[in-house]
Amino acid sequence: MATQFVIDGLKAEIEGKEILKGINLEIKGGEIHAIMGPNGTGKSTLASALMGHPKYEVTEGSATLDGEDLLEMEVDERARAGLFLAMQYPSEIPGVTNSDFLRSAINARREEGNEISLIKFIRQMEGKMKELEMNPEFAHRYLNEGFSGGEKKRNEILQMMLLDPKIVVLDEIDSGLDIDALRIVANGVNAMRSEERGFLIITHYQRLLNYIKPDFVHVMMQGRIVKSGGPELAERLENEGYDWVKEELGIVDETVGQA
Amino acid sequence: MSTQLPTLTSRQSVEELARSKGEPAWLVELRGEAADLAGELNWPKPEKVRIDRWNLTAVGSYEQPAPVQAISELPGIVRELVGEGTENLLIQRNSGAVWKQLSSELAAKGVIFTDLETAAKEHGDLVQQYLNKAVEKNEDKLTALHSALWNGGVFVYVPKNVEVELPLQAILYNDNSGAAFAPHILIIADNHSRVTYVDCVVSDEGANEEAFVHPSIVEIFVKPGAQVRFGSIHHMAAAGVDMSIRRAVIENDGRIEWIVGDLNDGNTLSDTKSVLKGQGSSSDVKVISVGNKGQQMSLTTQAVHFGKSSDSNMVTRAVMKDTASAIINGITKIEHGATKANGVQTEKVLMLSSKARGDANPILLIDEDDVTAGHAASVGQVNPEQVYYLMSRGISKEDAERHIIYGFLAPVVSEIPVETVREQLQKVLERKLEG
Repeated sequence: MATQFVIDGLKAEIEGKEILKGINLEIKGGEIHAIMGPNGTGKSTLASALMGHPKYEVTEGSATLDGEDLLEMEVDERARAGLFLAMQYPSEIPGVTNSDFLRSAINARREEGNEISLIKFIRQMEGKMKELEMNPEFAHRYLNEGFSGGEKKRNEILQMMLLDPKIVVLDEIDSGLDIDALRIVANGVNAMRSEERGFLIITHYQRLLNYIKPDFVHVMMQGRIVKSGGPELAERLENEGYDWVKEELGIVDETVGQA
Repeated sequence: MSTQLPTLTSRQSVEELARSKGEPAWLVELRGEAADLAGELNWPKPEKVRIDRWNLTAVGSYEQPAPVQAISELPGIVRELVGEGTENLLIQRNSGAVWKQLSSELAAKGVIFTDLETAAKEHGDLVQQYLNKAVEKNEDKLTALHSALWNGGVFVYVPKNVEVELPLQAILYNDNSGAAFAPHILIIADNHSRVTYVDCVVSDEGANEEAFVHPSIVEIFVKPGAQVRFGSIHHMAAAGVDMSIRRAVIENDGRIEWIVGDLNDGNTLSDTKSVLKGQGSSSDVKVISVGNKGQQMSLTTQAVHFGKSSDSNMVTRAVMKDTASAIINGITKIEHGATKANGVQTEKVLMLSSKARGDANPILLIDEDDVTAGHAASVGQVNPEQVYYLMSRGISKEDAERHIIYGFLAPVVSEIPVETVREQLQKVLERKLEG
């Protein structure tokens, strides 16, 4: 069955403040969707709510992956069901090496007694690290500890490549990346494009979309998707900014939930 | 509260025992004087831990050691600690050594590695010169009592310029609560020598039910330019009280590294101190601890700087479960005249239960202007952001927390010098954390 990810009427709040006010979005395997929008419009909240961050509470709506209700699941179950979120600010975990962590994550998807062999794991990890032009030493470093912004983002992509998810959400993967790192990260994503996999790319710069061509572009404001289109929409936003969208829709303040 | 010491700690009894063992006159006298002091002095009073409420008098009576012919005769808990292919091993059971082994190569270089009782007879001058010089018998009731009663023990002497490549290993265990178990460890690293020593203190069946006390003292003398790595894992039964005082005196350009795992199931008083006497001397202390059930602990690390440009670093990390409580003190003292000294300390506590207690008390006492010093202390729970991150990769909540807890202790675990000891430590951690 082709991958099908459906978000329907999703509302979510943080500390009692509603941030998502009804998101509708459908992503099929093979498609790349981009969500763009200025800061403070709820883009990252969408990513966190889908993954199940403990601070966000979903109050209405659903998100299903191949018919399974993700929102009923714990965070780890969502991941094992095929959802992957490349985080904007990945946590640092001292004392846990990157390779131990990656192996645990892979084995969490396998039956007990059927764990990946160490040799096979190392071969896979080293191969992907090479593709991402990561120093092999990063396998033995503690997870994200002391990594630069760009190194953390590359490490997120490494995890994505090794975990082989069905739906990938990239939350501001381009922030803090120089042009070389951006190219490497984009190559990693493009190498993962397949009919089996859908992507949701959250960004407020069009520049990433020069490297990863989206099929659909959505604009988010005030906790809703207010405009959708093809790749040409991203280009117009890059050239003209967001003001024309606001004007067209009669929006004065595009942010949501700001104090 | 005053605690009545048993009569076998009287001057007469300890002198009689020492004489019957054929100890030299100076030692018989030292023990006698210490016994008198033990009757007069008070117990140490660590911050916020009422050790006087612990059962401190169950010091047991001397049990004649019976040497074993082969490692295979030893209980499993001891056998699995023995480093593979080790040639340098000492084992104490209850009140005395039952196994001693030193490679002929090291012996030929003049290295001494034997039990302290034997050393007192065979190398009396050397032992007399150093015994009770770092930890004096008259400091408090604990040091006095120990000095009167100590048995078995370990003596290490590394001659000038000799570098001992492989770790010297000791295993000290008790399997009889009624037997005195009070090892004294004395290590002397002569000028520009280098040595690694690691010991494990464990208890086996027979010491699980009745109360016992393990009063132990470690004294290390690091002569100019020498380097000593000292690793120690304590994992005794809940019935035991562990009171371990460790102290090193470091001369010019000498270095000590302490790696301590306070992983007993019972109440624990642990005090590890480096006296940085010499110019350019340095000390690095790493302590980990896991407290569970209702155990109480006082864990102290200390660095005292006398030497110019001396350097100290102290790290204590503790994980606290159930209703366990630990008071963790870090004391960096820089004396007047110790210019360019640098002292840094960190205490971190990870709380796994709202009923557990973990206090971190960093203390800097500085009597010199031209120095650098720093401290960091934190007490917190498993970070939910970290758990979320690991779970978002498909790892279960339970495993995510395990990763974070082990990761918290990893910087110390990875430093343990003997692989088999490191593996056993891993097992002890698993038992304490998940049991």
